[in-house]
Amino acid sequence: MDRFLFLTLDGLSRGAVYAAFALALVLIWRAGRIVNFAQGAMAVAAAYVAYSVTAATGSYWLGFVAALIAGLLLGAVVDVAVMRLVDHRSPLNPVIVALGLVLLIHAVLGMVYGNEYLPAQAPFSRTALTVGGLAVLSPYDLFVFAAVGVVGAALVWIFTRTAIGLRMRAAAFAPEVSRLLGVNVSGMLTLGWALASGVGALAGMLVIPTELGLHPHAMDLVFVSAFTAAVVGGLDSPPGAVVGGLGVGLLLSYVSGYAGGDLIPLAVLVLLLAVLLLRPGGLFAPVAARRV
Amino acid sequence: MSATRAPAPPTRSAAANRLRAGRPVPTLLRHLAVAAGAGLLVLAISYQLDSFRNFQLATVAAYLCATAGLTILTGLCGQLSLGHGALMATGAYTLALCQNAFADRGVTAGGVLVLSLGAAVLATVAVGALVGVAAARLRGPYLAGLTLAVAVVVPALTVTFDGVFNGEQGLAVPMAPAPASLGVYFPYERWQLWVVTVATLLCLVVLANLVRSRYGRAFRAVRDDEVAARLAGIHVARTQVIAFVVSAASAGLGGALLAVLAQSVSPGAFGLTLSLFLLMAVVIGGLGRLAGAVWGAVLLVALPDLTHTVTDLFTLSPAAAQRLEGNLPLAIFGCTLIVVMIAAPGGVQGLVSRLAGALPARWRRHRP
Amino acid sequence: MTDLLTADALAAGYGPVPVLHGVDLSVAPGTIAAVIGANGAGKTTLLRTLSGMLRPTAGRILLDGEDLRGTPVEQLVRRGVAHVPEGRGVIGEFTVEENLRLGALWRRDRADAARALDEVYQLFEPLARRRRHLGHQLSGGERQMLALGRALVSRPRLLLLDEPSLGLAPRVVAQTMALLRQLRDDTGLTVLLVEQNVRSALAVADQGVVMSLGRVALAAPADRLRDDAELRHAYLGF
Repeated sequence: MDRFLFLTLDGLSRGAVYAAFALALVLIWRAGRIVNFAQGAMAVAAAYVAYSVTAATGSYWLGFVAALIAGLLLGAVVDVAVMRLVDHRSPLNPVIVALGLVLLIHAVLGMVYGNEYLPAQAPFSRTALTVGGLAVLSPYDLFVFAAVGVVGAALVWIFTRTAIGLRMRAAAFAPEVSRLLGVNVSGMLTLGWALASGVGALAGMLVIPTELGLHPHAMDLVFVSAFTAAVVGGLDSPPGAVVGGLGVGLLLSYVSGYAGGDLIPLAVLVLLLAVLLLRPGGLFAPVAARRV
Repeated sequence: MSATRAPAPPTRSAAANRLRAGRPVPTLLRHLAVAAGAGLLVLAISYQLDSFRNFQLATVAAYLCATAGLTILTGLCGQLSLGHGALMATGAYTLALCQNAFADRGVTAGGVLVLSLGAAVLATVAVGALVGVAAARLRGPYLAGLTLAVAVVVPALTVTFDGVFNGEQGLAVPMAPAPASLGVYFPYERWQLWVVTVATLLCLVVLANLVRSRYGRAFRAVRDDEVAARLAGIHVARTQVIAFVVSAASAGLGGALLAVLAQSVSPGAFGLTLSLFLLMAVVIGGLGRLAGAVWGAVLLVALPDLTHTVTDLFTLSPAAAQRLEGNLPLAIFGCTLIVVMIAAPGGVQGLVSRLAGALPARWRRHRP
Repeated sequence: MTDLLTADALAAGYGPVPVLHGVDLSVAPGTIAAVIGANGAGKTTLLRTLSGMLRPTAGRILLDGEDLRGTPVEQLVRRGVAHVPEGRGVIGEFTVEENLRLGALWRRDRADAARALDEVYQLFEPLARRRRHLGHQLSGGERQMLALGRALVSRPRLLLLDEPSLGLAPRVVAQTMALLRQLRDDTGLTVLLVEQNVRSALAVADQGVVMSLGRVALAAPADRLRDDAELRHAYLGF
């Protein structure tokens, strides 16, 4: 029972990160009908920026802020310099271009930092606190929950309460009408990319210290897990992404705790396959069948 | 292939009809003749090149199986697969396991390689059918995501089941030496080139025939308009599964041939990057054209070689040189992929065709 | 008095398919012009070209005598042009309130934007009662009100309307047309209206523009088109 509690809490912490990352995917999907396959690579790039800033200043927090800013900027640059130029009539095109970005980002990171694992620092202890003899959450887990919670609340506030959020949603739902009403649609799309990439960078910063460390490929499996989470929740649904993320986190935590950590990749693949075949619109999709 | 994209001008197709009527050559025979010609060419070339170049040419041939298979799937049938690196791994590991099993039982005759290659193709067909059945129900980003997951997860399974696959270390592939009748001093790389070329040409003949067959027409119909294809009586899902299985079998053969060449397999060689490389190769070569697959396979081998030469021109610290050399091809591939998709979605072969199309009609060669 | 809107030998189309072949048109301020014509005459294309959603292949568009070439679509609303597109463009996922707010977001004068919003709610009572309802929950008539209201919160000088009568009950159509006339008389609003419903359009219009096969076949005062049986017969077929 103790072990189950521990695995549950650990899974929720892991799931919070997947939720954030899946949220980033959903943001771009809603804004531009693109699944950003470069999201993982972009997040790793932001984490490397943090590594450099922390190494230069000695401050984790300066690095943390730098990563978020780098994420925002990278998202905007990718949209303006690359994605906007792609012919979106075939849905294959943006996917292929995003994969080209993956190669390019991995290559640049490899050239600058090398293809070895670099140590990734956690700002708080990762040792679980004990409450009444039960190992529960570590301070780092609490930090993860707080960070993801703050970002989630901020996104909700932006999209439902602010004028810019109204514009972004309008641009996504009805680009042509929005332009007629004076909304700078391509600007909103760029902003969407920036926000999503910033959230992705945050997720990267949170997850990398819990894995093997910093490496150009550090987010590959995280991307697949978060994509699975986004599909579980339905690519169109931000709340679905959060629930999907937490669900995938829990599942992987149980698999790793009861069956062995080596099985995590296989578990992700089986889950993704199962969801795509049984409920391709996501668990929260309307009942009406949807072509995916 | 090009006929569906740009209807041929009437004069040309009339000429083509006359040509066909005057000299009816069955497609299979024509493809076999071309393959035999290519085989003789490689045979001749193999005596002119040194061992390293022979090995490189053999690597091109091995990649060609995979890029040709992916061309069928992505270019002809319109299904994106990011998982072909994993399918190559399936072929490679199956071959390694078979060869080891034969060696363990003391069977060392060269001929067992054919059995191992066959087993590798069969194993990949099975995996391909599994993924293909799922893939046929999926579209766009969902399909891309699933195959990406396959690409990331399958190499990791070698660690999960390290009792069989020996984890990161990988497996050695015992290979029989070149036949004694070729002489003691016969370069082994030349023998490898021969073996790989024969297998690749057979694979290409099968694929080329498939492209010209009613299956090939069904692939294109499904790619261009699923609804129209369905109305024309084509079973869309079955067509897509067939395309996936054929494509997987080719990739599996390609992977097995790579294992034959390297005489070892390890997960590192079949990671996500390989899958992306293959995709890049078919995109740059020109989606949907088997000739484009050749360009892609050549690039996959030539570009790293070229960057090696280029980095040698600069004096760099060994560490920096290693970083640059390992990553420069990736950067070039990534940039090329982006630039080609934005500027010339038809790829290199598309550019060639377009240039050829710009020539006066009477200079144009008949394209079957 | 110079015309508010002038199209001068305007040509446009979709890709290689030309639809408009040199359209000449002018609308005086404070008047209602009705563009009428058969399906495929190019009416909607004309409207889309005027509001910049389609790039003209030849010709000029003048607003207040200024060439609109190079003005992005999203700037047009700031120059006083409101376009209610084909199908009305109500965002189904947005509430009534959000749809209306979206129409006034570009405005700097927040106080006046809020006033305009209130005026729209007064003008269209049912909208005020359904502020929190989603766009796709509204009836056809309510959507019409919402689309018009959303255009009006930007306090336009020129209103481009694409088939406002489409799919509406005759009573609602009559109300809409009456509203347009009232807005013209009270606020000096200029309206360019594309309609298939020739009778109701000509009933409120000052000018009738008959389009046929991408050209203006006839531009005449609306009452002449309405009353001159011969003319009506020749150009409108009834």
